[in-house]
Amino acid sequence: MSGPVPDRSADPVVRVRGLVNRFDSTVVHDRLDLDVRRGEILGVVGGSGSGKSVLMRSILGLQRPQAGTVELFGRRFGPGDSRAGLEDLVGVLFQDGALFSSMTVCENVEVPLRAHRPELDERLRRQLALLKIRLSGLPGDAAGKLPSELSGGMRKRASLARALALEPDLLFLDEPTAGLDPVGAAGFDELIETLQESLGFTIFLITHDLDTLYRVCDRVAVLADRRVLACGPLEDIEALDHEWVREYFHGPRARAARRAGPDAERDG
Amino acid sequence: MAESQSRDREAPSVTVDDGALRAEGDWTVGSAARLTERLRGMSEGIREIDGTAISRLDASGALLLLQAASRAGLDAGDVRVDESHRKLLETVAATGQRRQAPELPEARPWRELLERVGRSVHEVARSTGELLDFVGQVVHRLVRTAVRPSRLRLTSTVHHMEQTGLDAVPLLALLASLVGAVVAYLGATILREFGAELLVINLVTFSFLREFGVLLTAILLAGRTASAFCTQIGMMKSHEEIDAIRVLGLDVIELLVLPRLIALVVMLPLLAFVATISGLAGGMAVAVLALGIDAGVYVDQVRDSFTMTDYLVGLIKAPIFAFVIALIGCLEGLRVEGSAESAGRHTTTAVVRSLTMVIVIDALAAMYFSEIGW
Repeated sequence: MSGPVPDRSADPVVRVRGLVNRFDSTVVHDRLDLDVRRGEILGVVGGSGSGKSVLMRSILGLQRPQAGTVELFGRRFGPGDSRAGLEDLVGVLFQDGALFSSMTVCENVEVPLRAHRPELDERLRRQLALLKIRLSGLPGDAAGKLPSELSGGMRKRASLARALALEPDLLFLDEPTAGLDPVGAAGFDELIETLQESLGFTIFLITHDLDTLYRVCDRVAVLADRRVLACGPLEDIEALDHEWVREYFHGPRARAARRAGPDAERDG
Repeated sequence: MAESQSRDREAPSVTVDDGALRAEGDWTVGSAARLTERLRGMSEGIREIDGTAISRLDASGALLLLQAASRAGLDAGDVRVDESHRKLLETVAATGQRRQAPELPEARPWRELLERVGRSVHEVARSTGELLDFVGQVVHRLVRTAVRPSRLRLTSTVHHMEQTGLDAVPLLALLASLVGAVVAYLGATILREFGAELLVINLVTFSFLREFGVLLTAILLAGRTASAFCTQIGMMKSHEEIDAIRVLGLDVIELLVLPRLIALVVMLPLLAFVATISGLAGGMAVAVLALGIDAGVYVDQVRDSFTMTDYLVGLIKAPIFAFVIALIGCLEGLRVEGSAESAGRHTTTAVVRSLTMVIVIDALAAMYFSEIGW
């Protein structure tokens, strides 16, 4: 499967095998395995400190694991291997947006285009950037603003626009709805759903937000006890007999989220 | 498998046949530049657009397709595409981005130059006003604290004394002694011609008592401490800590500025003393090792040429420098807004302004004291 050129049609898109992450004496992941299938939205949940972000960073090559391999689009990477050549296949929305604070939103979105599509002339590059900004649900006049002039929700959207700039096949979202009000969060869920349906990418979604989980995710992976406890459709996960899973999926908030989930919509 | 491994495997193509524009291949961001090139001037007489032969379509490609349609006066609904691409095309069409991008603003160099000059003048006036306002507030808090000393944050003051004062001693001593050695060398070169090498000692003593001891200290602290104050307060500002202080009903100046100011006003004269002694020691090293002057003679000569007036003329500037450095450092820190770039810019400004002020004040003082004959 492994070759020098990434294979867009590879399935699963991400294959993690035997991942080990340790910080001093704290073991975060112990021989963790995970697959992300083509075209799905995989929700990754787990308690604080269960290593969700570390998992994402390990897949992206931002974090050097102690052991294990990561396969992205059929290319195999060991610990410390550079992910060069995958930049235009993978988009990342960091938790706090990570927009470049000295650039306007439009310039932020143009950065990946400048770096990886140098053949585009200025005008076309701007058009494509504006398209991504609009697709992310921002008004056109947000393009000329600095990130510090935007609200939290708009910053998330601007950051999503930058992640979409190179038309990635795989999108990593780290707590996209954290820090948003319920209306903003619901809007963001809807945005993710619409974009995924029309642009057809695969999404690796880290979240605490039960509403997001019930609304957009095809499958859910639960991180607990230093590995992926279970990975499957929500119904299967809910039925698991594990302390954290019970507390998470059967608390008062989960019941409300389940009632408001997509099934309820369809039934109603 | 080998075929599917290469990206952009189908070159995009556009052909016009009897009023029908046929799009084929990969319409993706990777081929956007080539496609725009080919689509240029193709809008004449297009009556239908057929994109059913497009193998891969992404949002960028959809935008180009819709733009071509829009130029030919067609709607998104008139563009025929494969069913799997329909949703994408509609999503992109819904953003209303089919129109050509807005014209980039025309460059007007002269107007921009004028505008920048105007902005700078306004900025200088505004920041001078701000500085004066800040000085007033700080003096007010100083007086209030003097009346009720229990308001002073003693722990914080001592902490800053250690950071700005004690921690700077090794570096300052090194720099001052090196400058002392340089002054001795320079003096010796000139004075040797007059057979007055012993006067090197007077030169070193005089220059360090009056000028270099304090000036070197102030320059070092302008670089070291003004930037530190600016960064500390700037980080607090961008993390909304300053706002939190205000909301809690606490006084930012009393809490953050006064301890730093008082610490520096106390420490700078002490450091100036260290610098003076180090400079004299540096001069002595050169005198003894290179010029062959006896150490005892050096010490005697220093004692003879020492006058309290010289020392006070130097030392009286120390609290003024301290005041200027601390104020500018803190004020620039409070001006930081959000971004990392802003923090960097204000730190630079803090160092440059405090250095400039220190040297300007020193020059004015030198003129003043020599005119009144001290």
